[in-house]
Amino acid sequence: MKILVTVKEVAEAEDDFDIDGLDIDDRYLEYDLNEWDEYAIEEAVQIKEDGEDVEVVSVTIGPERAEETIRMALAKGVDRAIRVWDDDVAATDVLDPATKADVLAAVVEQEEPDLVFTGVQAGDDSFGATGVALAETIGFEWGAVVNALDLDAEEGVANVHRELEGGIEELTEIQLPSVLTIQTGINEPRYASLRGIRQAQSKPLDVQTLSDLGLDAGVLESPLQRTEMYEPESEGEAVVFEGSSEDTAGELADLLQDVGVVEG
Amino acid sequence: MSDVLAVAEHRQGELRDVSFELVTVGRQLAADQGGELHLAVIGGDVDAFADELNLDGVSVIHTVDAGEEFNHDIYTQVTEQLFEEIEPSTLLLPNSVNGLDYAPAIASRLDVPLVTDAVDIARDGTTEVTREMYGSKVETTVAVDDDTVAVSIRPAEWEATDADGDADVVAFDADIDESAVKSTVTGFEEVAGGDVDISEAEFLVSIGRGIEEEDNLPLIEELVEATDATLSSSRPIVDNGWLPKNRQVGQSGKVVTPDVYLAIGISGAVQHVAGMKGSDTIVAINTDPNAPIMDLADYAIVDDLFDVVPELIDALE
Ligand SMILES: Cc1cc2nc3c(=O)[nH]c(=O)nc-3n(C[C@H](O)[C@H](O)[C@H](O)COP(=O)(O)OP(=O)(O)OC[C@H]3O[C@@H](n4cnc5c(N)ncnc54)[C@H](O)[C@@H]3O)c2cc1C
Repeated sequence: MKILVTVKEVAEAEDDFDIDGLDIDDRYLEYDLNEWDEYAIEEAVQIKEDGEDVEVVSVTIGPERAEETIRMALAKGVDRAIRVWDDDVAATDVLDPATKADVLAAVVEQEEPDLVFTGVQAGDDSFGATGVALAETIGFEWGAVVNALDLDAEEGVANVHRELEGGIEELTEIQLPSVLTIQTGINEPRYASLRGIRQAQSKPLDVQTLSDLGLDAGVLESPLQRTEMYEPESEGEAVVFEGSSEDTAGELADLLQDVGVVEG
Repeated sequence: MSDVLAVAEHRQGELRDVSFELVTVGRQLAADQGGELHLAVIGGDVDAFADELNLDGVSVIHTVDAGEEFNHDIYTQVTEQLFEEIEPSTLLLPNSVNGLDYAPAIASRLDVPLVTDAVDIARDGTTEVTREMYGSKVETTVAVDDDTVAVSIRPAEWEATDADGDADVVAFDADIDESAVKSTVTGFEEVAGGDVDISEAEFLVSIGRGIEEEDNLPLIEELVEATDATLSSSRPIVDNGWLPKNRQVGQSGKVVTPDVYLAIGISGAVQHVAGMKGSDTIVAINTDPNAPIMDLADYAIVDDLFDVVPELIDALE
């Protein structure tokens, strides 16, 4: 069996930042592996560790910088990785879910996995749509916001829990091949061991261009365009306690007593 | 090509709030474009749902008798067929968990661009959708260069419509290809039961990822004890297994309405806010003055929780 895990290096904004045009100035961005993808990787690696013959392949669309992130996936037990990038991708402003799905579909065609795991959403642009869009593009069945998985490969069924709102879970049987978007909490992602990190250095990490995947730059054309970015106007009318920690804590203690939730 | 089609959401026999919010967004967009608002309600007691959804600004309600509960394979097929019949310019869906489970599929199948988690939509020739990025630290506008668009709206962002209307209710006979239904919902399960019901608490001390390590829990427990408060948390604390699931506040956790909600090291992600914004008084302790929780807080301390919390315990003793 082969499991393809899509991963993304996401940008996080520092506490203080400036916006430069249509994005936060790169100086204020820190990059990390997307939180939801960590759980997707762990889920795939655990299936491999339980099963007889499972290969786990990770794919990302990302610049060279992202290789550090991908190596973390390799260090956690992913067997090999693919990074898709070229000048045309680099020049694209918004990679919307449909575009990503088209690019990832070409990777699926090449790799022919039985299962694809993605994170529920990416922490930076939070579209929350790539996994399901990919499923539709490649004709796989799917399940979104999966927080428990019991795979019955022989029967060709994934039994999943989907985490709905308000503490309710839906139990669903999904036919394979399928794409599952993985929710945090489904497992406990491991830390990469030193040995894992060392081994990751020698695992294959292929860089593929669009033309390697049989695509041309037309696939990047998107009707979506970011036209503005700004800090939302604060609706907040918070009273900010000022001073030393002792002062502010004192004011808060008084407040709690005034409101009556603690005894004065 | 100026109509709007919105698909309602229901679960276990009840329409979800977002269905009424879809009406608010949909009728505004339809009015802006000089079109009509069509609603679809798929599965469940469709006639009763149609009654409830017969609201001001709705022109037609399409009822589709297709199973009891949400099944994405059926919703995708039905929505596609309705879309082809009505030919709307805008397809509106909820950005709920089930929205996440079929909006991208339907958009992809119809080859219509999708913008998710909208907090505002303007339509003036082109569609401009406002959404958030970087954990709600910034807002962006996304312009859609296409005549048709699918947009999923953030729940609880618009007021619900509740004024009565006089829509036509028509049964839509969908042609379901059963062989394409490859997922089966077999049941539901409630989680998050247990010893403590945080939704009953008057004073919640709630912790987030800012506490960094499980070893720091005793510090907070000391505060909880000193104040006779109830301990709750954001999701990562539960994901890490530091607190049980019944302590999680938010979209997938519990909705709480205490007198005071003290958010310690919590950023205020939208799914967290969904569970606590109804609190009477919100207090935030956070090192980041730009954290989204600050927009919601009545009182705030911009400081390191590891400095403030021990002082707070002292001050209360
Ligand atoms: C479908 C779905 C459902 C979800 N459901 C829920 C839900 O029910 N509940 C929920 O909470 N989340 C939910 N989430 C997750 C949510 O998106 C966020 O990831 C989560 O709420 C973030 O938790 P946090 O605020 O504790 O962590 P972070 O966002 O990491 O914030 C930590 C905060 O701590 C501050 N901080 C750090 N160090 C200190 C310090 N020393 N002193 C003071 N402050 C400090 C930081 O400035 C930051 O603001 C859901 C997500 C999805 C996709």
